[in-house]
Amino acid sequence: MSTEKPKVAFYWCASCGGCEEAVIDLAEDILKVTAAVDIVFWPVAMDFKKTDVEAMEDGSIAVSFINGAVRNSEQEEMVNLLRRKSGLVVAFGSCSHLGGIPGLANFWNRKTIFNSSYHTSPSTDNPEGTIPQEKHIMEDGKELTLPRFYDTVYTLDQVIDVDYYLPGCAPPKHLIMTAITAILEGKLPSKGAVLSPNKSLCDDCGRNDSKPEKLAIKAVKRPWEVEMDNEKCFLAQGIICMGPATRSGCEERCILGNMPCRGCFGPTDQVYDQGAKFLGAFASLLDSDDEEEIEKIVNTIVDPAGTFYRFSLPSSILRRKRMETVK
Amino acid sequence: MSSENFDPTLIGFLCTWCSYTGADLAGTARMTYSPNIRIIRVMCSGRVDPQFVIKAFKEGADGILISGCHPGDCHYKEGNYKALRRHRLLRKMLEQFGIEKERLRLEWVSAAEGAKFQNVCDEFTEQIKELGPLNIMKGDINEYREA
Repeated sequence: MSTEKPKVAFYWCASCGGCEEAVIDLAEDILKVTAAVDIVFWPVAMDFKKTDVEAMEDGSIAVSFINGAVRNSEQEEMVNLLRRKSGLVVAFGSCSHLGGIPGLANFWNRKTIFNSSYHTSPSTDNPEGTIPQEKHIMEDGKELTLPRFYDTVYTLDQVIDVDYYLPGCAPPKHLIMTAITAILEGKLPSKGAVLSPNKSLCDDCGRNDSKPEKLAIKAVKRPWEVEMDNEKCFLAQGIICMGPATRSGCEERCILGNMPCRGCFGPTDQVYDQGAKFLGAFASLLDSDDEEEIEKIVNTIVDPAGTFYRFSLPSSILRRKRMETVK
Repeated sequence: MSSENFDPTLIGFLCTWCSYTGADLAGTARMTYSPNIRIIRVMCSGRVDPQFVIKAFKEGADGILISGCHPGDCHYKEGNYKALRRHRLLRKMLEQFGIEKERLRLEWVSAAEGAKFQNVCDEFTEQIKELGPLNIMKGDINEYREA
């Protein structure tokens, strides 16, 4: 193993594995990556242990790509370890960047999640009502432990210092390659940058021309309720599309598949709270000045919080549902 | 905290053309009303970004009043209708966050309605006193450890 090559680590926390898949999806380009760097830690694909990372010198890993949100003590410990050992940390994918889909658990807490997973879900078969314990003493006196599950899901930058963000669920290949090339060539933007263009998806959207002069929505439809036109702006069809409040750079993967944007790239730099910003834009399109009628249209929006914050709840201003009201 | 000694923090976003002038009238006419409201003047109720509301709740507001011109009277023709639509949807969404919808109030107050502004402030203060403090957590990972 050549010693001059920069060292790279990949790690996953609360995620689905799709981000790991995105790295594999680099296909033959991954050979260019491995030619230029040494991968020193990658639990999903290579056999290195935590002790191997602990044995490394602090700061000796050039860059760690960490995907997934942080929701238990093991993940918190691992990302702190990787932070210490790494020069750069890149939050890889929506979950580490914004909280992602696991972040929707912030409408619940540990107790209600355990109750659903281990007691009430239809597929649960748990007659003794066992729930995971953090500590258990075996008959032979040996102690077994499990990580502590937190009430709240955190974004990576709420736990450790993060240098860059690669957005997307999962980040598309061209952005990953651009980021890796920028790191290798030392041509990085200023710290804290999201490595994707800072403009809204609508700016790039191929359907932008089909948007009428004035958007007006009489009733909100969910994608399964209508046959969707495959050329017309989704908002003009009364379908919630997060494009106006979402960063571009995804090459419209969902739009090209005739599905509206769900917001996985998060907001642009000018926005603090993607869901609230979208709500502001979207509500003003509701086509009525009458209180009762507005109320009626609002009622056709089934789950505003879950829809507008689908990927960004932990990174939002409120971060989670009020604890004392979680039932 | 019991409702007797709970002194709520209220934020009021008032449009400069009607409601702020209405509040000013209440002041110059020496009408007294509960001092809980902190007024922020905006050009139009339609300028109130839902981010402002959410940030105010996060930073400690127990109730928020958005107030603008009566329907049809908006200086910018339809800003108050936009505020109305946003208010209805935001109120619904805040309930999903465990924030009671009564904590976000929308009222039309004209420049001549100093007395109405006085009533709204008193009534809103009482209402929020009954609801109690909002107590939004910061949501830091350290908060969890202390709990």
